[in-house]
Amino acid sequence: MPNITILEERQAQVLRKEDPGQVACGKRSVAGSVSQRACVFCGSRVVLYPIADALHVVHGPIGCAAYTWDIRGAQSSGPQLHRNSFSTDLQEKDVIFGGEKKLAAALRELIAATRPKAAFVYSTCIAGIIGDDVPAVCKSLTAELGLPVISVESPGFSGTKKDGYRAACDAIYQLVGTGDTSQIGPHSINLLGEFNIAGETWLMKDYFRRIGIEVVSCITGDGRVEEIRRCHGARLNLVQCSGSMMHLAQRLEKDYGIPFRRVSFFGIEDTAAAIYDTAAIFGNADIERRARDLVGQELARIQPELRRYRKILKGKKAAIYVGGAFKAFSLVRALRTLGMRTVLVGSQTGNPQDYAQLKELCDPGTVIVDDSNPLELAKFCLELDVDLFIGGVKERPIAYKLGIGFCDHNHERKEALAGFEGMLNFAKEVHASVMSPIWKFTPRRSKQLHFQA
Amino acid sequence: MNIFSIYNPDIVAVHTTCLSEVIGDDIPTIIKKSRDEGKIPEGKVVIHANTPSFVGSNVTGFANMCTAFVTYLAEKSGGTTTPTNVFPGWLDPSDMREIKRLAAELRAPITLCPDTSDVLDLPQTGIYEMYPKGGTTLAQLKGLGDSPRTIALGKFTAHPAAEALEKKCGVPFDALDAPIGLTNTDLFIDALRQAAGVEVPASIEAERGRLLDAMSDIGQYFHNVPVAIFGDPDTVIAVTRFALELGMVPKYVFTGATGKAFENRVNELLDGPIPPAIVKAQADLLELHERIKADPVKLIIGNTHGKHIARAEDIPLVRVGFPILDRIGHRLFPTVGYRGAMRLLEKFSDAMLDYRDRTCSEEWFELVQ
Repeated sequence: MPNITILEERQAQVLRKEDPGQVACGKRSVAGSVSQRACVFCGSRVVLYPIADALHVVHGPIGCAAYTWDIRGAQSSGPQLHRNSFSTDLQEKDVIFGGEKKLAAALRELIAATRPKAAFVYSTCIAGIIGDDVPAVCKSLTAELGLPVISVESPGFSGTKKDGYRAACDAIYQLVGTGDTSQIGPHSINLLGEFNIAGETWLMKDYFRRIGIEVVSCITGDGRVEEIRRCHGARLNLVQCSGSMMHLAQRLEKDYGIPFRRVSFFGIEDTAAAIYDTAAIFGNADIERRARDLVGQELARIQPELRRYRKILKGKKAAIYVGGAFKAFSLVRALRTLGMRTVLVGSQTGNPQDYAQLKELCDPGTVIVDDSNPLELAKFCLELDVDLFIGGVKERPIAYKLGIGFCDHNHERKEALAGFEGMLNFAKEVHASVMSPIWKFTPRRSKQLHFQA
Repeated sequence: MNIFSIYNPDIVAVHTTCLSEVIGDDIPTIIKKSRDEGKIPEGKVVIHANTPSFVGSNVTGFANMCTAFVTYLAEKSGGTTTPTNVFPGWLDPSDMREIKRLAAELRAPITLCPDTSDVLDLPQTGIYEMYPKGGTTLAQLKGLGDSPRTIALGKFTAHPAAEALEKKCGVPFDALDAPIGLTNTDLFIDALRQAAGVEVPASIEAERGRLLDAMSDIGQYFHNVPVAIFGDPDTVIAVTRFALELGMVPKYVFTGATGKAFENRVNELLDGPIPPAIVKAQADLLELHERIKADPVKLIIGNTHGKHIARAEDIPLVRVGFPILDRIGHRLFPTVGYRGAMRLLEKFSDAMLDYRDRTCSEEWFELVQ
């Protein structure tokens, strides 16, 4: 890669562990930098997407719906309604004359046809700028049709993807507190920011069932409207994807006095810590004993195989670029479990505390980036000579074109990577990619001409 | 400024979005102002096309940007250059590569615009390239106006730019469909032969002959087979013609794009002794699914989005169109030209025969077919 310079405005968003100070973050992306981030609407859409018995209607021109159609591997054990991206397909004349009537008509027709438990209506850039009063349409249809029709305030121009997460939390909050909580027991939790990618929620629910903890709702993985309605009856919130769900956790704490804990189910250490911490909070000896048994059993099941992978992967170098920084912590630790070293790590939406913690956690020499772009990522991958890139769909071509193994840890992933079983899947996937025989033919590794003169 | 300082492109193509259109950003004025203020370095080019999501479809946006290449860049210098302009429309990079191969075989120099080969189908070189070696160059885009003729392959995605070029620089054009199938490829080869004043070499005749031979060999499996065809309009129009050449009966011919022109063109093609088909523009897959449920077909030809119908109704799906989201191969092997037709033929028959082998009763399960 020829000398790639970091844009002057971005200098503070890139540093090495040894450098003084902290990574600058939480900034708007620099125009012309080509950020890897997405828009406000996309942020809302991906958070609410897994609520499977709700209708998701995108109020805007067709593009916003088409490009977010069935894009998350968020599985449902029942309804599949969420996988459709319904749209009001706004046309030029709607832009001029307003789209409220069209929205109301679409909602009436879709609700009659699909019988959802609730409807989410996403405002896109256009809905925002032509001034459609989406909340008013939603309010009148809620009254008319007798089910919650909820406005999601997510015009793309109104901030960053993070603001979309917040809008999604506010939309969810309209359902909270409307269900009956009388049957909820004392040892009960909500899982916030867990999206059931490749069935991960089911693994976690199984762990909690086995140690005697009731999961009232998962927001939003394999999500159901009824569960969200009664989530305020749980005694504790576990927040996994903190980037998206901190706002909801804080509101539930403020209004209902439900404490929350940030947890992660990626990697052995973090999964075990999440289970132990949760058990400890309830202060029940039986739960704590069952938690120890569970962790013991699960570790015994996966350790021998993990050790085999560790032997092979020891000393390999990895780059991590993910949406939320909290996941990056877990990945650094999970890679350590596999004997690997993280030499580049970054996120799209990390906050100052995240980056301070990341800096603390990383090995000497590690480069830390906030809101990076393809050229920077490619430059560091080559300079640091990584063997593996962990990222999402936008990072995949960068890795493959450079001849680097890749692990998809974003919401398009096909394997469950959370929990103990997920750690084993993660090891398998990392191993399969890093050790693929294909890389030895690529110019970066072969170091020789394939046709000798 | 940041784009030029970090990425250093020769040309920036600005696509407007819903937002910039509605707030009324005047792109030409912004471009001019940026140039005057020195934000666009000397010798660098900025062009734009209006592509708000609320007007037309993906096809409209593609056609608008192709037209912008012409209106911004094509020049008539007075001299006439040899290359024939070929506007390929909405195709895979492998198709662009095949069009260039056919032209080279004919010894007909062409300027292909746009050209995604060696851009979207780069070899693995160990380098993440921002500006791969492929694509139409700026000099070629300027030279479009000096060409004696344009061949435009697709009513929706290629003809608008050809019309703009005729208007701007007086370059006449052949308005053809995409070169998918036997006749459509014949028409393309013939147009190129005439424009370039060359003879069709024996090698191309032989390629055509091999396709025809394969069609005769396997035609029995296609005759009177009801099919559904859907996708982007230019692809659907061309594939419909190929289906008819094979004796298939297109039962549903759908596109999501707008425009009566689609229905008119398909109905022209269907004008013959075949049962009436349902031809619809601005249609959706829900309707296609309902119709197939009520009155099934034996094969669906369309893009990835057809997989839900194919699975629900247990009907084989052959993927055609760009981009295909869930299978490899489309950027590697062409659909256009005689070779592309051979590949489609293989895919159609594989899909139908695999289905038959999987579902037929034992006495019909045969080793030799």
